[in-house]
Order: sequence, then structure tokens, then C-alpha cells
Amino acid sequence: MAGYWKSPGAGPMSAVLRRVFVASLLRQRLAAALSLLAVTLGVALALAVQVIHDAAVAELGRSVRTLAGEADLQVVGGKEGFTEEVLDRVLALSGVEEASPVVELEPVLGPGGDDRRRLRILGLDLFRALRLQPGLRPMAPEGAGRLATLAQDGLFPTPAAMTDLGLSVGGSLALGAAGVPPSVWRVAGQSGVDGAALGGDWPPLAVADIGAVQWRFGWLGRLSRIDIRLRPGVTESQIRASLEGLLPAGVELQRPVLGESQAAALSRAYRVNLTLLAVMALLTGGFLVFSTQALSVVRRRSELAFLRAIGLDRRVLAQGLLLEGAVIGLIGGILGVGMGYALAAGVLAVLGGDLGAGYFQGVAPALGFSWRPAVGYAVLGMVAALAGAWAPAREALAAVPAQALKAGDEIRVFVFRPRFGVAVASLCGGWVLCWLPPIWGISLGGYGAVLAALVGGLALLPAFTSAVVGWLPRPGAVSRLAACRLTAAPGQAVIAAAGVLTSVALAAAMAIMVASFRQSVVDWLDQVLPADLYLRSVGGGALDEGRQDWVAAVPGIARVLWTRQDSVRVIPQEAPMALLVRPVTAGVALPLVNEGRPPRGAAPVWLSESARDRLGLAPGDRLPLPVGGEMREFGVAGVWRDYVRQQGAMVIEQDDWRRFGGDPRVHDAAIFLTEGTSPGAVARALNEVLGSGVEISEPGLLRKASLALFDRTFAVTYLLEGVAVAIGLFGIATSFAAMATARRREFGMLRHLGLSRRQVGRMLALEGMWTATAGVAVGLGAGGAIALILVRVVNPQSFHWSMDLHVPWTSLAAFAILLVGLAALAARLAGRHAMEQGAVLAVREDW
Amino acid sequence: MAVARGWLTCLALFGLVSAFAGDEEFAAVVPSRPINFPQDFGAHPEFRTEWWYVTGWITDPAGTERGFQVTFFRVGTGLAGDNPSRFAPQQLVLAHGAIADPARGRLLHAERSARADGRLAGADSGATRAWIREWRLAGDGSHYVAHVEDDEFSLDLTLEATQPPMLNGFGGYSRKGPDPAGASYYYSQPQLTVAGQVRLGDRKFPVRGRAWLDHEWSSAYLPPGARGWDWIGINFDGGGALMAFRMRDSAGRAVWAGATLREADGRQRIFGPAEIRFRPGRPWTSPRTGSTYPVTWTVEVGHGPDLRRFDLQPMMDDQELDSRTSTGTIYWEGAVRCLEQGSERGKGYLELTGYDSDLAL
Repeated sequence: MAGYWKSPGAGPMSAVLRRVFVASLLRQRLAAALSLLAVTLGVALALAVQVIHDAAVAELGRSVRTLAGEADLQVVGGKEGFTEEVLDRVLALSGVEEASPVVELEPVLGPGGDDRRRLRILGLDLFRALRLQPGLRPMAPEGAGRLATLAQDGLFPTPAAMTDLGLSVGGSLALGAAGVPPSVWRVAGQSGVDGAALGGDWPPLAVADIGAVQWRFGWLGRLSRIDIRLRPGVTESQIRASLEGLLPAGVELQRPVLGESQAAALSRAYRVNLTLLAVMALLTGGFLVFSTQALSVVRRRSELAFLRAIGLDRRVLAQGLLLEGAVIGLIGGILGVGMGYALAAGVLAVLGGDLGAGYFQGVAPALGFSWRPAVGYAVLGMVAALAGAWAPAREALAAVPAQALKAGDEIRVFVFRPRFGVAVASLCGGWVLCWLPPIWGISLGGYGAVLAALVGGLALLPAFTSAVVGWLPRPGAVSRLAACRLTAAPGQAVIAAAGVLTSVALAAAMAIMVASFRQSVVDWLDQVLPADLYLRSVGGGALDEGRQDWVAAVPGIARVLWTRQDSVRVIPQEAPMALLVRPVTAGVALPLVNEGRPPRGAAPVWLSESARDRLGLAPGDRLPLPVGGEMREFGVAGVWRDYVRQQGAMVIEQDDWRRFGGDPRVHDAAIFLTEGTSPGAVARALNEVLGSGVEISEPGLLRKASLALFDRTFAVTYLLEGVAVAIGLFGIATSFAAMATARRREFGMLRHLGLSRRQVGRMLALEGMWTATAGVAVGLGAGGAIALILVRVVNPQSFHWSMDLHVPWTSLAAFAILLVGLAALAARLAGRHAMEQGAVLAVREDW
Repeated sequence: MAVARGWLTCLALFGLVSAFAGDEEFAAVVPSRPINFPQDFGAHPEFRTEWWYVTGWITDPAGTERGFQVTFFRVGTGLAGDNPSRFAPQQLVLAHGAIADPARGRLLHAERSARADGRLAGADSGATRAWIREWRLAGDGSHYVAHVEDDEFSLDLTLEATQPPMLNGFGGYSRKGPDPAGASYYYSQPQLTVAGQVRLGDRKFPVRGRAWLDHEWSSAYLPPGARGWDWIGINFDGGGALMAFRMRDSAGRAVWAGATLREADGRQRIFGPAEIRFRPGRPWTSPRTGSTYPVTWTVEVGHGPDLRRFDLQPMMDDQELDSRTSTGTIYWEGAVRCLEQGSERGKGYLELTGYDSDLAL
């Protein structure tokens, strides 16, 4: 018999494992199902975040590649482009086989400007573009001739754009941009040999003649970029060397794929944050597996001891118990993969590839299945479940079979010593981790600290539970019984409350973080939107000085603060930063977080926090910036808070910009009205004067739109919070259900001693309540610590913005009370089944 | 006969005649305007189309003979007349380069096209100067430089005039059809001395030779009924020159014809349609396009005792120029030897268009 048990042959052993161990999962269907659900949710969320992000990046890359075509390099400048003479300098290089000039704009549709849909126009020199962007080749209908592609009013939308905007060849449409009169264009054909490559591009794309685009949209003499194809054997560095000094300041050479990687890098922090949150959900699932398995081991204590006694090898026993966890993990992982893809598809359809965060505007990703993340996250689910099953399995092995066969021995399991050493070590370790710099732009130290705070909380849980129980008033026998039980077996509380603690900690941390963030955004909006009206130019146009005078002359306007929205590349090969030109000292104050004095002789520049971090500069440092094609001396005068431009932004004085010969045209304005003027009337007058190329909004609407965007961005985190809390509650329910089964004998005894069924129920509810109270209290503490880490460490390191801590006390309190109540109810309901058995029967079971 | 060539290329490039639905009127070709040098060596942007067409024979140090072609077209689009943008496509420049190498058995061919912005591409007035980036043809009527380059080959040549320009037709007014409005201004520069460098693949070598330049400009379209044309330009060994063309209908009959014969001493005779006969000889069928071209010819000009009969033999049969993928044209443009009474008297170029069964003009 012993030989049979020890047989290493896979056949009989796996049959035994199946029959004895895995089958036990079926006996505790509810608990197993809940663990399974938790693992499934964790895997699904983590996978969905990854899959959505990958799809978005892939789609972005595809459209970047189609637009850049066969280009090896690109000359790129700021938002307002650069002088077209650069094209001559580039084409004068013998290593350049072809160079295709591009003017790229996004005008609005419709003559009245009421139609806010956009069209992205690429002005191309077809003779040069045909070799570089063959995928964008414009085609006129049969018989129109190829000169038709040079028509000065001809527009060639992609098939997708035709569908999106309801256009057809031969039709016409009006396009508007700031600073130029609206122009009427004819749909002269279609562009894009490979329509699928640009399928679903947003905003819709159309190709037109570069000369016509320059002329009709006020871009004479300027280009947005130049796509370059090198001769075979010519290297990028050769071209870089020969262009040295030939490009105006602020204009640089980059690889076209960079657009893709820049966007990916920008959103990486966001993605990593979400993924780690999902992994936290998975962690909670692991705890749930732990409590299920721990209690299952307790319940089957005599059964397992019997198996050991009749010769079952320790190794096989351990394998069997781990297999149970693995089965939950495997099924949960596989279900999670399916659910993750379903979730991703749903999210992509509703929110888009950036999960609503705005990183991938203009991209409509398609979902693709790939094995690597699917298998990876399924394995992660299994690891979490195995980790959860490991401690109970070890406990089961440690039990001495002879003792374990006796009734009442299971109480040993619940004797948990508080792990003060672990608590102190992890809390100290977490503190240290908070000071680590980010690695690859990811706040790994911060996340480590989050984990340390969780572990520390868990280690403190037993001690805290005893404290709670000791501190609570205990009127009556029932509450004393409950208190005794918890004091005698604090392990029970740890097992039941671990899941609650984890989920409460995560939910509370997210709630505090989001509340802090939202309140900071609200305060910030108040600071940056002080005017009565805001004017924004659209369509890639700008307002010249004549038009600025028109605006200033509109009756009812007291003061206009103009802003030029340019961009500048300070770090080569990285995404450009926004450059805002506006009156600062004489205008509206910036939301400064830090101030200093620029070096002598340098004009002041104010950096956003993100720009400060990316450039590694502090107030007082020098920062040369290109103005009017030449480098000028600027110095950092302060750091301001910016929640809009994650790539970084800087503000310089309008006077300095003009003094250095910068383009005087502007894009935005903050408009202050005279006393008693109706903003609506002025807005109408402005629309009359400037036409369709501008958008005029009242600050209230801007605020509302900004906060709506904020809430949309965090919708996913609310979802994660909800899931975490649900998993925590499952934890309490399953723990108490399993425990109640294990405590049938105790209940029978209590009934014998004269307790009514109701009283036993109340005892259980009290136990549940107190356990939950301990879990929720420690969870809130840990959550507060985690929130602090998120606000002070993770956010500044990942997103480069600071925020003020704001704790939503009321909703946290309500949440805690609700959770404790639900826990009591869950414990009471879970115990019901066990109590239904006849008291005598239950007691007799062992005697 | 470069009018036809210009028409062919331009029409094929830009589609049918309706393509020229520009908003601008172009200048008309009239007999009363005399050719005026050096001004007329340069471009005439007020006319719809214009080209400088250089063809010739070159010999390397080893004695191997090859043919070459360097052509620049200017096309007025009639578009964007009021657009001040540098990229406004008012004028386009197109260029072809080709080498006929008997060792390869077919033409090496490359082409460029661009909008004329006066910097990266253009065709200047006042002197011959047409260019697309590094490709260029420039000269003052007596001295020219030509440069074309591509992956497979490059041509870097200087051309020296040894004679004054030869005015075709009526003092440079060259009719192309029964309607006098269908005409061009047309002069030739025969007997140009060629010197320079040629690259074939990675191999560079000096060359010498003799070339022919046609410069022609017009605003007119192909004459009605014409399906194609045949053209020759021959440099005689003794210093004489012959240009002859005929416009051909779909049945192969001449719609119109013209020729200029200039002796070495400068005496020049102009022939009308009744005095010119093109007789096709041996046919050759292109293995690539299936088009059949007569690659040997007998051309007669004059009549009675003044009749001159020339036999043309190609340097090689396959000198078909297939640019369907870019400009959409297929024609035969090749180096030929010219024989009179059985012995070789000169060398030149033959152009045959409208032999492609699909070519619907």
C-alpha cells in the first residue's frame, strides 16, 4: 500500500491527486468559485489594460508608418513649422535621394464654424511624395487626367475619411482655420492605394497640393516637416553631420518611428500604473485563495492526517494541496484571458485606446490576439493562486498526523503571533523605497513602497485585532464568546481580514488619490481660467496682428491677453514640449509651485513640473531656446503646475519673444470684459469678426469639459476600486462560510449549552463585524499610507505633476461603515448553513 | 520631331486633353514671329509645352559606340496662376535620360519630374537652362552641359556647336498638320561635338561623340486623326544634317510631313508633305510589350533628279522605351545608322510612336 502511494508514476498518483485533492474543490463550491472569480478578475483587468494599450500603440505606429511612408529620416520643427528654405539645404546634400516637403494642418469643417469636426490635411508635393509616401497617392477619377491631382481646390480624402465625413467625389466642402478666410474645396478624388492601412484614421485624412495648402491656409513660406529618403549606403549620422549648422534653431532631424515610441513612452507611465493596480487586484485574489485553502486544510485536517497515517507521502500531500491552488489559478487564468479580451474590446469601443486618458487621439485601434501577454497573465494568475495555496500546504505538512487526527486540534492553525519584526522591516523598507528615483520613468520604488505598506499592514493585523477585541465593550455572553474566540484564535481574523485589508487599502488609496487629484485640478482650473471668455484658434491657423487689433476693437472687451501656442524640441530625439508665449508679469499669474531668479542677462522662462523633471533644471538655471530660428539665452524663473501637457510646457514673456524677432502671430486669448457686458454678445461679435477659424468658450464650460475629461480618465480606476472591494467582501464571506463549517462542533456545543440559534448567529455576526472592523481599520491606515505614496511619490515620478493631499473623509467613513455592516451580514449568512444541522448531530460527530 | 514627342509625353503624362482644363490662355504659334537668338535658346513659359531634346552617338576609349538621350520638358499647367506659393504648380519640368548600350541589348532609362519652383527645378528664360535638382541641361547656343544620373548610369557631357542653329519649317515656324494653327516653333542644333564622362553601373569612362539638339515650343494639340509619328535627326559624316518627320493616321498614312536638309556648306532645303516618303522595313516585336515597330526604314525627300533616298539601320533592335509605370508611354527611341546608296553616310536618332496597340491618343 505504501509502495502504491509512493509510486512516482504519473498515472496512479495524478489519479489520486485528482480524487482526493482537486475533488475537494467541488465540495466547497462557493469558496472555490469566489477564489476563481477573484483570480479571473485580476487576470482579466491586467490583461485588458495591456492589450488595449498594445492595440493603441500598434495602430498609432501603423498610421505613423503610412504617413511617413518610405522615409528614413524626417526634419521636424515646432508646431508652427519652419522656413521652406530648409528643403533646398536638405536636397543639396548628395546623400539625400529624395526629400518630400509636407504641410500638415487640421482645419475645421463647415463654413459657419458650427461644425466642429476636423479634417487632417497633408499638403504634399506629389512629384516628390510619390516616392516617399506611395500609400498616400492621390487618384483622380478616370478621364480627369493627372493634372487633376494638382488642382488648387482639389482635395483627396482617404476612403475612411470619405465614409466618416459622408463625402463623395465631385462634392465640395468648406474648411476653416484661424487667420484665413474659409476656403471651398472640391473632392477631386481619393487618396491611399492601401485604404486599409489608414482605416478609421481620426481625424479623417485628406491629401492636397502643397502649394494650394500653403496659400489657402496662410502657410506661405513654411513647412511642417520634410520626409527624407537616403541613398543606399548613406547613414543617418553622415546626414546629421552634413546638416550641422544648416538647420535653424529648433529644427531637427529625427527617425520617423520616433513619433510612435514617443507616444508609447508618454503613455507608459499611465499603462504601468493601471497594470500594477490590476496586479493588486490579482494579489487580492491570491489572498482569497489563501483563505479558501487555509480553511479547507483546517476542515480536512483529520482527513489529511488520515491520509498521512495510511502512508501518503508528504511530498504527494504537498503536491495535492498545491494542485488545488493551481487548478483554481489555471481555470481563473484561462477565464481571465477570455474576459480580459472581452473587456478590452468593450473598452476600446466605448473609451478608445487611451482608456479615455487622451494619449492616443486620432487613433482607432483594432484588437489583435497575441499569445505572449495571454499566456503571461494566465501564468501570473496561477502564480498568485499557487502562492495563496503555499502557506496552507506548508501548515498541513507541519501537522503531526497523530495529533491532527484528534478533534479540536485545528485551533492551532488559528494561533497567530503578531509579526512585529516583519511589520517594522516592511514599513521601514517602504519608507526607504519612497526616496528612490524612478527607473525608466516608472516609479518602481513607489510601487515597492505600496507593497511594503500592504505587507506591514497584514503583519500588524493580528495584534490590531486583539487590540480591537480587547478595547471593545462586551456586554452579554454572546459578545464575550465572540471576543474570546477572536482573542484565542487571532489567525481566524488574519485569514478572514487579509482580503478585506488588501482591498480596503487599495480602494481607499485610490479614492484618496483621485480625490486629491480632482480637488487639485479644480483649484488649478480656478487659477488658470480667470478671464470671462476664452478664444482658441483651430485648424492650424494663427491670428496676425491685424486680426488681434480687430478683436481688441470689439466693444465690451476691456483687456485681451494673447497666447502663442508653439512647441520646441529641447531634448533631441524626444517629443517636443509646448512653448507658450504670453504676458506673464503683466498678465495672469501662473500656478507656481516654485520660484527663483533667472541668471543675469537671461530672459525668464517658467517650466511646468514635467518640463522641469524632463530637463532636470531648477530655478536659476540657464536654458537656451530657439526664437525666430536662432538660439536665445533664457533662464528658469519658476516652476508651475500643469495638468494638461504631460510632455512638458514652458512659458516665456511675449515681450521677449517679440524682441528676439519671434513670429508675432498668436493662437489663444483670455478676454476680460467690461463691467456689465454679456459674454454671449461678445462671443457672437468675435465669431462675426474672425469667422470659423476660432472657438470661443466661457470658462464655466471649459471647466466642465476639463472635469468631464478627468472623470472619464479615472472611470477605469473607479472600476478597479469596485472590483477590489467586491473581492474583499467575497473574502469575508468565503472565510466565514468555510470557518462555520469547521466550527460545526463548536456551534453544536453552544446550542447544548443553551444558546439559541439566533444568539449563535449574532455571535457570528459580531465576529464578522469585529474582524472586518480590524481589517477595515488597518486597511484604511495602509490605504492612507499608500495614498500618500501615490500622491507624493508615484504621481510626481510617473506623470511629473504634484497635487495637494485631499482626503474624502465622509465617503471613506461611509464606505468603512458599509463594509463592516456587509461583513457582519456576510458572516451571519455564511454561518447559517452550518447552524442548520442538528446540534446533537454536530456534537456527536467526533465523540 | 519633337513636337510630337512632347505631345506624346505630356499627354500620356497627364492624361487626355481635358486634363488641360487650366484657367489660363497660352500664347499661339504664328508664322509672323521670327526666331530671336539668344532669347529663344531659353524657355517660353507663355506657351503650353516646350522641350530640349538631345540625342547622339558616343564612343568610349575602347571604340564601343553607344547612343544617348537627354530630354527636358517644360509644361505649363494653366493652374495656380495667382498662387504666390513657391510650390504653386504653374510650370512643371520633366526629364528623361537614356543610354543605348548594344552590350546590354536594351535601353537604360531614368526619369525625373518636378514642379518648377526656380530653385530645385525650373526652366529659365534668356538662355538654355532646365534642371531638376542635379539633373540639368544648360547652354548659350554654342556650348551646352548635360547631366543626368541614376542608380544604373550617369551622363556628364559637354556639347559644342560647330554650326549655327538650323531653323525648321518656315524660319522656325513648323506646321504639324493641315490646320495652320497646329504648329510649333522649332529649331535644331545638329553636329554638336560631345565630350564627357559616362558611368554604367560602377564603371566610369570618358566618351566622345556627336549629338543633335531639338528645341521646340508650342501651345497646340496633336492634329486631328493623327495616331503617331515617325521622326529622324541625322548628322552626316561630312557635316550635313537631315530632320524629317511625318504624322501618321491609324491606317499608317501620312497626315502631315516635314523635313529640313542642310548641306555642310550651310545650304538648306525645306521639304513639304508631298516631297517626303517614309517606307517601313523590317519589323521587330518587343518581347515585353508585344508592340511591333519597323526598325529599318527608307526615307525619301525631294523628287525627280533632286530625290535623296536614305536607308536607316538601328544600332540594335530593342530600343523600346517602356515607361508605363511612370509616364504611361511606350515608344521606340533609338540610335540609327544612315546609309545612302549602300554606304554609311551618317548617324542619328529615330523615333517611332503610336505603334503600341493600347496607345489611344
